[in-house]
Amino acid sequence: MNITEKILARASGKDMLEPGDVIFANVDKIMLHDVSGPGVIKTFEKLEKDGVVKVDKLFDPSMVWVAEDHFVPSVDKISAENIVQLSKFTKKFGITKHFKYGLGQYGICHTLSHEEGLVSPGELYIGGDSHTNTTGALGAFACGLGHTDVAYVLLNGNLWFKVPETLYFKINGKLPEHVMAKDLILKIIGDITTEGGAGYAMQFGGNGISDMSVESRLTLTNMTTEAGAKNGIIEPDQKVFDYLSERGVTEYDAVYDDDDAQYKKTYEYDVTELEPLVAKPFSPQNVSVVQETTGIELDKSYIGSCTGAKYEDLEAVAKILKGKKVKIRTEILPAAISIYKKATENGLIQIFIDAGAVVGPPTCGACCGAHMGVLAKDEVCVSTTNRNFPGRMGHVESKTYLTSPLVAAASAVTGKLTDPRDL
Amino acid sequence: MKGKVIKYEQDNIDTDVILPGPYLKLHEHAELAEHAMEGMDPDFHSKVKEANIIVTGKNFGCGSSREHAPIALSASGIEAVLALSFARIFYRNSVDGAYLLPIEIDEKTYSAISEKDELEIDTNTNVIKNITKNQTYSMKPFPDLIGKIIEAGGLFKYKP
Repeated sequence: MNITEKILARASGKDMLEPGDVIFANVDKIMLHDVSGPGVIKTFEKLEKDGVVKVDKLFDPSMVWVAEDHFVPSVDKISAENIVQLSKFTKKFGITKHFKYGLGQYGICHTLSHEEGLVSPGELYIGGDSHTNTTGALGAFACGLGHTDVAYVLLNGNLWFKVPETLYFKINGKLPEHVMAKDLILKIIGDITTEGGAGYAMQFGGNGISDMSVESRLTLTNMTTEAGAKNGIIEPDQKVFDYLSERGVTEYDAVYDDDDAQYKKTYEYDVTELEPLVAKPFSPQNVSVVQETTGIELDKSYIGSCTGAKYEDLEAVAKILKGKKVKIRTEILPAAISIYKKATENGLIQIFIDAGAVVGPPTCGACCGAHMGVLAKDEVCVSTTNRNFPGRMGHVESKTYLTSPLVAAASAVTGKLTDPRDL
Repeated sequence: MKGKVIKYEQDNIDTDVILPGPYLKLHEHAELAEHAMEGMDPDFHSKVKEANIIVTGKNFGCGSSREHAPIALSASGIEAVLALSFARIFYRNSVDGAYLLPIEIDEKTYSAISEKDELEIDTNTNVIKNITKNQTYSMKPFPDLIGKIIEAGGLFKYKP
């Protein structure tokens, strides 16, 4: 079996599983946030009212953690009320891992999942958000779900899964300077399309992955969601163990592929010649090399989200912006306050402000069109986020170009879509 | 079930256009219905007064995990979506939350059905009857567990 099959087999008490098998598996960790959380609350209310279930306690509150990220700081009275309801919910059911905005550590749910070491190798982790796939870079089965499924797991501790077939992406070589993991995942989505991974596990391996930092790997698994994948996953190695150890996590049962592990299909990528890429409006699969799109006039550069505002993303941006001035509005929102703090300590925030950019709080913000910099009609934005569907970041007639943090920063300096090598 | 068709002849209709992000803070089903398909079809609300089935292409419901998407469609009156394929979370949400029937059809059926056609869908026999055109098509049967969850009326009512 491969790593995905082995985690699902362990979680369902089976010795052997095959793709296509439908199982009920025990879940190890559950995440909800200020969109899926109120959805869960509403689901529970309705089920109780209809007499379907009684919700007086959760299966195990210690499995659960809660983030506030989509509509914080509160956008209006409704979103403020959602946060109040979420706090009442976690208090009522004894959920202690509630990362409250403006209270200690807080940030985007998928960023907290690794920043705080909340999910370990070998675990079955589900979350009420599609980019839950991100955390599979730590060697977990990580899968996004809607709030009814999350509610079911909160009560029962298990859920049905169809064992996915696995697409294996063998990555060879070291990424060139000015090319990031974001470029690689855009390349892959451009090749296989937004439905090319539909329902599959997308697994990454090879010496290109061994060479990559944990944060870069998280960018790959994060955007497996855009290819439609059930989960993105990478076998854990010493880099992952060190990363978790720095966060005080040392005990877990890491899982690896068996020697005879099977994959539905293997794709090989030599990344040594990879160039900076861009996904043009209106789909993450609409990919070209930045060189072919240079000169597109921009109104804004947005550096944020679980995809593109981790510490190393901010470091890449700082490398470009140091000693320069931005020519267009540039909004930088670190993905968690711990990242913001580290960026402050190491002088990155100073570089951003000196360049003329605004630094915002950790929130999903404009990535999902919620607030904090949404786009007007006809506005054109280069963004380190993950989706560029019509209206994703604001008006349906705004345009978003998805790129790496390096390209977004270089473009901020020139005001046009720019290959960082040309700066 | 029986009803008329709204046809969207395109692939990859995503959850951002089915129910745009700013409304994710809403959780009342009727409020979500007001914004259904707002990102792509301003005429959806007038169309859905006379129709309850969407027919569309590949990868319907791709994008975010927001259950708001099938809720908004269902609360607007949509009872079934017939698509060449579905994004996995939209499919799961539709079934587990018992909002609507996600039915997979083949290319031939997709081409044969037109806007405003009246269909009769029988999930026991897996037959779709086009009353307007006097044609019948087969639908892909639901996998075993999915069929049982639909029959039970959603995941919470299903007893494993």
